Amino acid sequence: MGLTQEDKKALAKDAREKVATFGSDIDMDAFTPETDEHPYVEDISSFSQTEREQMLKAGVDLGAKNRSGTFVQKNLSVVHGRSSQEGMEIMDIEEARDKYNWLYDYWWKAVPVDMDKYTARAELHQEHGYFIRSLPGVKSIYPLQACLYLEEDNLAQDVHNIIIAEEGSELHIITGCATAPHVRSGLHVGISEFYVKKGAKLTFTMIHNWAGKMAVRPRSATIVEQGGLFLSNYVCMQPVGTLQMYPVTHLVGEESTARYNSILVATPGSEMDVGSRVFLKAKGARAEIISRAITTGGKITARGHIKGEVPGIKAHLECKGLILSDKGIIHAVPELEGHRMEVDLSHEAAVGKIAQEEVEYLMARGLSEEEATSTIVRGFLHVEIEGLPPELKAEMDRAVEISEKSLL
Amino acid sequence: MARKSNQPEKKLLVIEDLRVSVEEKEILHHVDLEINPGETHALFGPNGSGKTTLLMAAMGFPSYHITGGRILFRGEDITYLPLDQRANLGIGLSFQRPPTIKGVKMRQMLEICGKGEKDPESMAQSLDFEEFLDRDLNDGFSGGEIKRSELLQLMAQDPDFFLLDEPESGVDLESIALIGKVIEGLLQRETITHEGKSRKELKRERRKSGLIITHTGYILDYLDADIGHVLMDGELACSGNPREILKTIKERGYDECVRCCVNR
Ligand SMILES: Nc1ncnc2c1ncn2[C@@H]1O[C@H](COP(=O)(O)OP(=O)(O)OP(=O)(O)O)[C@@H](O)[C@H]1O
Ligand SMILES: [Mg+2]
Repeated sequence: MGLTQEDKKALAKDAREKVATFGSDIDMDAFTPETDEHPYVEDISSFSQTEREQMLKAGVDLGAKNRSGTFVQKNLSVVHGRSSQEGMEIMDIEEARDKYNWLYDYWWKAVPVDMDKYTARAELHQEHGYFIRSLPGVKSIYPLQACLYLEEDNLAQDVHNIIIAEEGSELHIITGCATAPHVRSGLHVGISEFYVKKGAKLTFTMIHNWAGKMAVRPRSATIVEQGGLFLSNYVCMQPVGTLQMYPVTHLVGEESTARYNSILVATPGSEMDVGSRVFLKAKGARAEIISRAITTGGKITARGHIKGEVPGIKAHLECKGLILSDKGIIHAVPELEGHRMEVDLSHEAAVGKIAQEEVEYLMARGLSEEEATSTIVRGFLHVEIEGLPPELKAEMDRAVEISEKSLL
Repeated sequence: MARKSNQPEKKLLVIEDLRVSVEEKEILHHVDLEINPGETHALFGPNGSGKTTLLMAAMGFPSYHITGGRILFRGEDITYLPLDQRANLGIGLSFQRPPTIKGVKMRQMLEICGKGEKDPESMAQSLDFEEFLDRDLNDGFSGGEIKRSELLQLMAQDPDFFLLDEPESGVDLESIALIGKVIEGLLQRETITHEGKSRKELKRERRKSGLIITHTGYILDYLDADIGHVLMDGELACSGNPREILKTIKERGYDECVRCCVNR
């Protein structure tokens, strides 16, 4: 790597004004950078009813027995972080930084610190975030869960997360971002760097449950080594002001695999620019990107980019959009980039309204028009995800179900 | 809106002077048809003559515009009744070319059709279709599988009046027997007596009715249709004994069949 701490700081300073490639430009000074500290909460059951409910909508179940560990950050304080399984670590990233010298080697290794003004801000203003790691060969019995919670209106939350699945380990994570019911606006900048080591498996489900005027700029990247598997699921079906993210996976090891699934619903006033990209850099690498986008009046840009850099790779991109209101816009931008003859890249994109023929088919079986429509929409959102642990699937299904009700 | 016909409960379906247009083009002209409770009628006719159009219009598909005449079901005028309400009155249709619905499983569809009261597993068993229960509805189904999927949905729906659009076309010879048996059962046309009832008694108790489009007539080997009709260029040109009609068509063609009908 060669970059020192000081080098990174300097790069960040230079990038402070660097406008991002995608998404509307956010005036970050409009948000409050500081707030009171919250005390650490040892007993998970002492979170308030409201907090628990809001977190649950983002897939983080504080009452669940089937979790191997929990992390909660409220505003700018880490209020809980504990693992209940040997070989699984979940803690405040600051704590991890104190504990492990080597953590600096992973800091800004997957995501460039000077990518744009948001990464720069995270370097210069970062307050906590989580560190999750599975030790070599350890397989998580239940998923770990992490929640980033905003309780104060108009606050800026800048976190840096690092997730490492060590060699031969299996790590399953549910993360949720949520706001308290009274919160309307705020800024969330979240850096997430994932490292999937040789033969390891990492499944990651992220559910966003923001507020109508939130500005959200996650910056994520993953590096997958030989034989590793990275499976990422993203669900954002609740209103959000502006959301832009374009996570990338670098498949650097032979026979490594990445799969992204995203489910997006843009309500009126929501603006989403969301995509996934995978760079296939080693023989036998495989990738699949699937997205489902629905607009009920908001704007969605659904991106996807697959780049095959070496022979003997295979990847597929599937992007489907459903327009349920004439006020909504879906802009699908699938990109395939092959740099060698022996690459196998394909894509499938479709944007449109619900097929009348399908609605009528169901009506002929006795469903009303509304019932038929909601059945089709539910089917549209139902994507089968291979290799997803039951707990992660259950949380995804729950998030989809909650939103479906308000959708139609 | 419901208007009573002259002979209220007697007829199950009455189609009077029906005219239907698709995409501004009139396909059916002045069609008259009556079906009594318990009767099954066969509908013949060359490709493009309007058979599917007649079924779709009877079911109430909005793109089949009724521009004249009326349709009565059990005496009630349903000419402009929406699709789903006709289904709930007890009319069911098996499609010639149904759409695929992604993300909706065959199993889920059977629960929908049966209003959650029927067991998808056992129904699927009767059509040797269990392995399709967890597939997306009609997704990648072969021609013959489509027919079984359609029939299975109707079995769950259990209408009183069946509109079957070529239920046996594209089905292999062995499966025709299976499908034939199932349709025979759905239409309550089993000829084997059970519970010590005579054939006559069974026939009198029979309540299910049907209108079946068939080109080959294979399906008639499994159930005796009561009456056959030939649709030619959007008009019902001939009605009579279904087997005789089929025989004439096979031997001498549609035109000849109709001529002989008219001259009779
Ligand atoms: N959407 C449409 N647009 C234009 N023409 C149509 C449309 N649907 C049906 N038609 C026409 O109406 C006529 C009757 O079609 P229909 O499907 O009822 O025939 P059919 O008797 O069922 O034929 P087949 O035996 O081939 O199934 C055909 O000429 C067909 O091309
Ligand atoms: Mg037809």
